[in-house]
Amino acid sequence: MTDTQTFQLDGATVPFEPGQTVMQAALAAGQYIPHLCYHPEFKPHGSCKLCTVKANGHTTASCTMPAEAGLNVESNVEEMNSLRRTLVQMLFAEGNHFCPSCEKSGDCKLQALGYDLEVHTAGFRHLYPDRPLDASHPDILLDFNRCILCELCVRASSEVDGKNVFALSGRGIAKHLIVNAESGLLKDTNIALTDKAMQVCPVGVILKKRVGFSVPIGERRYDQRPISAQALDDAPRQSDAGGSCAACEGNP
Amino acid sequence: MNSELETAAHPENLRRIAIEPVSRVEGHGKVTLLLDENDRIHQVRLHIVEFRGFEKFVQGRPYWEAPVMVQRLCGICPVSHHLAASKAMDMIVGATLTPTAEKVRRLMHYGQMLQSHALHFFHLCSPDLLFGFDSDVAKRNIAGVAAAYPEIAKQGVLLRKYGQEVIRITAGKRIHGTGSIPGGVNKNVSIEERDYLLKDIEQMLAWSRDSIGIARQLFEQNLDLYNNFGTFKTHTLNLVREDGALDLYHGGLRVRDMNGATLFDHYDYRHYWDLIFEDVKLWSYMKFPFLRSLGPEQGWYRVGPLSRVTQCDFIPTPLANQARKSFMAFNGGSAASATLGFHWARMIEMLHAAELIQELLHDPDLQGADLVSKGQRQERGVGVIEAPRGTLIHHYKVDEHDQIIRCNLIVSTTHNNQAMNEAIRQVAQQYLNGRKLTEGLLNHIEVAIRAFDPCLSCATHALGKMPLEMELLDAEGGRIDVLTRSSDGM
Repeated sequence: MTDTQTFQLDGATVPFEPGQTVMQAALAAGQYIPHLCYHPEFKPHGSCKLCTVKANGHTTASCTMPAEAGLNVESNVEEMNSLRRTLVQMLFAEGNHFCPSCEKSGDCKLQALGYDLEVHTAGFRHLYPDRPLDASHPDILLDFNRCILCELCVRASSEVDGKNVFALSGRGIAKHLIVNAESGLLKDTNIALTDKAMQVCPVGVILKKRVGFSVPIGERRYDQRPISAQALDDAPRQSDAGGSCAACEGNP
Repeated sequence: MNSELETAAHPENLRRIAIEPVSRVEGHGKVTLLLDENDRIHQVRLHIVEFRGFEKFVQGRPYWEAPVMVQRLCGICPVSHHLAASKAMDMIVGATLTPTAEKVRRLMHYGQMLQSHALHFFHLCSPDLLFGFDSDVAKRNIAGVAAAYPEIAKQGVLLRKYGQEVIRITAGKRIHGTGSIPGGVNKNVSIEERDYLLKDIEQMLAWSRDSIGIARQLFEQNLDLYNNFGTFKTHTLNLVREDGALDLYHGGLRVRDMNGATLFDHYDYRHYWDLIFEDVKLWSYMKFPFLRSLGPEQGWYRVGPLSRVTQCDFIPTPLANQARKSFMAFNGGSAASATLGFHWARMIEMLHAAELIQELLHDPDLQGADLVSKGQRQERGVGVIEAPRGTLIHHYKVDEHDQIIRCNLIVSTTHNNQAMNEAIRQVAQQYLNGRKLTEGLLNHIEVAIRAFDPCLSCATHALGKMPLEMELLDAEGGRIDVLTRSSDGM
């Protein structure tokens, strides 16, 4: 018999098992908390802050917050959603996210969150950073313009692929994704199309070349269902679950 | 010819009038007139005042992105850019299209031709044509047409809607879809989608035929005006099929001189740069293409529906071909050489597009599953189609990393740049010279521009809709008065 305890999330009772975070327990129970850098197959990272909730009145990242019995969690409330909208606006403003011509449109978590959270305006002046593409690899394109520094590729390459192809460099606003090669170019790494790092990018940075817009509008991941519904399909997985992830399948 | 009106010999003592913005066209432009103290016209120019730079910022992008990115040049006929770029990328990936891919693309293109021509005739030009060029400006708009001619207005709206639905089904969205990709398409047309479109096609055919009737009637009722308004002789350029038929999607280039003599025929568009060159003038962001063989002064030409319909040998659908014969024979061929003949030719093409849509919808290849092909990778790709406004050229060079390193776009309206300038100079001479200018008279200038259905956003690869401004300056160049019109005609 498992020792099941519960906490409250927006008035609903959420059961959890020892060791689960608030995010893991919520998703497993069919309760959606917006997130970008959280991925069910990787250790929580807590960097994007989209999953910030109020737990017993204190703001915290739900992907790193251990579930506790009797905790009162507020997530889907205007105060939190307003903060999330601001975070999404900042992510859009920091990079060069041109959805109209981006091949990840319709499959992009940042775009899908923008729609789901009803982000209707830019909110901030765009920084328009200069981030040249890395098209050196014969089969893989890196478009750094769209990077949101979630480090999922860094974690996937390190934890699953055992290759350390990617890393973050710099600090603060200067922080950026780099390729771990002396030349700095992807062609000089041992990345492969089958790597987990190829599957996890939530935006349009790591792309298999020559795929482009092959999936028609209407059949893309978030054309049919909003990310809040789609995320629950991908959810009931533990941090040590391993194996494939529905969120990655079909999106190499 | 009125080329002497391009630049006044002594502009310093003339007053300047500007129509800015030109209304009921796509994009931003203005017309300037220089007049002397007796209101005699010494200079007339159509300036295009926007700049967008698509050719520059597509550089560095992966080639498969181009068909989706460059179509953002325009919100009226983005399909043209989508398809021209796709055709160029077909060359890059070495593809020979499958029957399904080519037919789905053609269907998309004909849907666009239908909606764009309907938009232009009914929404943008019918106010001038039905009410008169100098009629009450308060009513000279689509709302006025809807009030006075509700059935015509309704047909215009529904024809356009139908074309947009064809685009949605083939491209995924009514505007800025993604259906065409390098080497093919990303979807076919399902039985359900086909049946949905078949449901209304007969009505579209009937309305398209009626539209030709309206265009003909306008000529019959105003024969002198329509025959002579802004009319001039010009060379022509357009695609034709191998057998000389009108083909809006693919073919070789046919160039004829102003007397109808063929200069080039079935010219391989993949070497268009040997045929035409672009001149630049300081006073406009839009370039001035010309035939290399004739030079910049004599080599300018006209593209678009009037050139296509008159210069093809026949139209390969029965109703439109019959309509073409009537058009060519009308009043000894006067409509076929008149600037306002554009409207009639445009409606013939709309009927042709409706016939082709019907024909394709009965073709089982639309339901095929073989959507994409590829072959030997190339570094250079050229795609040319006949867009609603005329011949559209996309040219890309792609490096070994799949990044675009060079892009050249020559859009329909750019080809017509000198011809439009010629038309407004003609009209200025005919109607404005020596007269006190009024809004109605100035609208004559716009009527001449509208006949070409210009898309100035496309032509400069620039932003916005096309309003126009008229400016009155004193002899020292100071502004005395200005007539400004925004894109909504106010």
